[in-house]
Amino acid sequence: MLNANIAAAETAGKAVAASGWFLENAWLIWLFPAVSFLLILLFGKRFPRGGSEIGIAAVGASFVFSLLTAIQWISEVEGGAGGALTQSITWLTNDGQAIGAGIMIDGLAVMMIFVVTVVSLLVHIYSTDYVAGDRRYTHFFAFLSLFTASMLFFVTASTTLQMLVGWELVGVCSFVLIGHWWEEKDNSDAALKAFFTNRVGDMGLIIGVSILFFGAGTFSVIGVNEAAITGSMSHTVTLAAALCLTAAVISKSGQFFLHTWLPDAMAGPTPVSALIHAATMVVAGIFMVARLYGVFFEGFSIGGSSINTLALIGGLTTLVGATLAFVQNDIKRVLAYSTVSQLGYMVLALGVGAWTAALFHLFTHAFFKACLFLGSGSVSHAVHSFDMKKDMGGLRKAMPHTYRTFMIGTVALAGLPIMSGFWSKDEILVGTGGWGLFGGTGGNGAYTVMLAMGMVTAALTGAYMTRVVYLTFFGEFRGHGTPHESGPRITVPLWILGGLAIVAGFINFPAGFQLVPASWEEKFLHWVEPVGVSYFPTIKHATPSWTLAIVSVIVALIGIGAAYYYYFVRVRAVSPVATELPDGPTSRSAVARLGHRILVNKYYLDWLYTTVIVGFVKGPLAKAAYWTNQNVIDRVVNEAGTRSVQAGNIVYHKVDQLVVDGIVNATGKISDSSGEELRRIQTGKVQQYAAIMFAAATILAGIFIIVI
Amino acid sequence: MYLNEMLLLGAVLFCIGVYGVLARRNGVLVLMSIELILNAVNINLVAFGAFHDTVQGQIFALFVITVAAAEVGIGLAIVLLLYRNRRSIDLDQVDLMKG
Repeated sequence: MLNANIAAAETAGKAVAASGWFLENAWLIWLFPAVSFLLILLFGKRFPRGGSEIGIAAVGASFVFSLLTAIQWISEVEGGAGGALTQSITWLTNDGQAIGAGIMIDGLAVMMIFVVTVVSLLVHIYSTDYVAGDRRYTHFFAFLSLFTASMLFFVTASTTLQMLVGWELVGVCSFVLIGHWWEEKDNSDAALKAFFTNRVGDMGLIIGVSILFFGAGTFSVIGVNEAAITGSMSHTVTLAAALCLTAAVISKSGQFFLHTWLPDAMAGPTPVSALIHAATMVVAGIFMVARLYGVFFEGFSIGGSSINTLALIGGLTTLVGATLAFVQNDIKRVLAYSTVSQLGYMVLALGVGAWTAALFHLFTHAFFKACLFLGSGSVSHAVHSFDMKKDMGGLRKAMPHTYRTFMIGTVALAGLPIMSGFWSKDEILVGTGGWGLFGGTGGNGAYTVMLAMGMVTAALTGAYMTRVVYLTFFGEFRGHGTPHESGPRITVPLWILGGLAIVAGFINFPAGFQLVPASWEEKFLHWVEPVGVSYFPTIKHATPSWTLAIVSVIVALIGIGAAYYYYFVRVRAVSPVATELPDGPTSRSAVARLGHRILVNKYYLDWLYTTVIVGFVKGPLAKAAYWTNQNVIDRVVNEAGTRSVQAGNIVYHKVDQLVVDGIVNATGKISDSSGEELRRIQTGKVQQYAAIMFAAATILAGIFIIVI
Repeated sequence: MYLNEMLLLGAVLFCIGVYGVLARRNGVLVLMSIELILNAVNINLVAFGAFHDTVQGQIFALFVITVAAAEVGIGLAIVLLLYRNRRSIDLDQVDLMKG
């Protein structure tokens, strides 16, 4: 990138492009872990700590750089600059069309870089304890590095093609890391499931990127967004592209109805679940929507409507994830469904035009969800199981650090003040801008349904997290042996994430929040959301309201209260080791039993995919294909073969034998017979030859004389 | 000049030579007849050279004499070998190349 050209302000939009050494050299941030991946893969085993020190050093360097980048970016923004800084090189030229590659640094990229490096660094440190002694320890760290590099490459991509590359790379890393313990078939199955499910959406991404290229004539992120916003790309094309890209989001970010891979991905080691399946990779879809927001905003006409594909998918996902989390006994699976649900919140927010709210939630969710996942890993490290009902209970005394940090994460996830989750969730609910009743005005549309979905999920989230906390940390221990608190390499990252889970929300106090100075309000929005640039649509910001915040907290408290009453009062009264009521609603009411069965079967989606779709492909479809093969294709082939043999026979008998051989034989025969005649003059007697010669000479001389 | 006489002499000599080559069976006599033919040619060359008052005719004649000497040497050697193998120099019996 020596000859990189710094995009001028006009290409990046009206705002002045930011500049600074760390911003211009942000590509170094993904280069560190990329180099580390190769080093660990090639030389990792020769290092005393199996290559983990290389990974930690590289990600640590990336973290320092990302921190400095963020500081530089913030100072640039405070100084009045706001345009994206892009640098690119020509990657390849095809038919006169130069395809560039490079980095695009703006608030969004800076925020993502920060989140990825922070969580990745903590996960690296945590992993040195968690996977210690694993047979593929080095391999594990190599792929953690590659994953970090891919994700950073993805979030700094300046072209859609580069995003595609990063997108696929994180998918591959996810596959490798889910199948880390591939000796067990369940794990390799889960890896394959994740990979194949993601492939479905990847098709959408490839097609979407292609449509955008032909619609806008460029792969550049800025160019594509500008084409969508200015309307130089027709609305139909934009809509088609947005729908295809939505398919990609559905698979990568675990949205309903392709979310089924995400809970199964919990087969991977817990640090991987925390890093990839909670904090970073799954938000690639959210990031992609945010990055190409012009396309989505215009394509789905987000401004001024009351429902659209993106918001509806997000809303359904958040409900589906939250309800499924109730019936899981595996602590990681509960958290996985919770992730699905929270990702649904983010998609919902993007769908209703609350761009900043979505990314703010992404930001806070990364910390508290990573904290929860690493906490569940710490618990399972102690009890050697993930089953809450069989092997946990009463751990709060044995594992005080894990318990406290897990509680912080739980409260943040449930969205109670003053935790980070409260601020971001509240902002999303405000952003739906639907309900004049709560004073939520000034949004991009009137998404009342989405507000209702978000509210219901808020109650459900509080309830299922209360259930998890009870089953894991309260009551009496139901497992074997004596669980102990994990070591400092596990608890320190937990405390850091727990701390971030508390304070991360303070970065974006709502506008008009009376309890803090005005200069503290909406810092996140100011730093991250592009303003006055041509590649970002003009979106409206809903006015926050106290009423809505209070109502949402009450709703969450109702959920928590209900679950608290059920578990902490009723179940505990039965027995300290009980995990449910002997005469609970499922044993009394047929409707509850039906609901429970539907939830246990995950809305029958896996059944739909494996039995109906795969079964149909394997059974009738394969048989039909076989019949077609035998009776149509083979018949055509056989017929062609028979005809060829017949034609060959004709050619052999008529053409080859008669014509070609005839000519050859005739030539031979003529030569033979003429030779037979001519041999007679070959007497071997010199004098006869001389006589012939003289006779011929005489005749020729005679002719010569006559002619002359 | 007596060119006509010279040419006639050459023609007669040539005809005797041809007769010898075609009619005699003795290998040595055939070789001698060839000498006659060559010398008939030499007479012609010298005669024409004198007629045109140039020296080329004589030079050509000298070349022919040289080549004829070599030819006779090889020819006699063949005849000698023929005699050693067959105790005869009758050319009618030498028809190994009969097709």
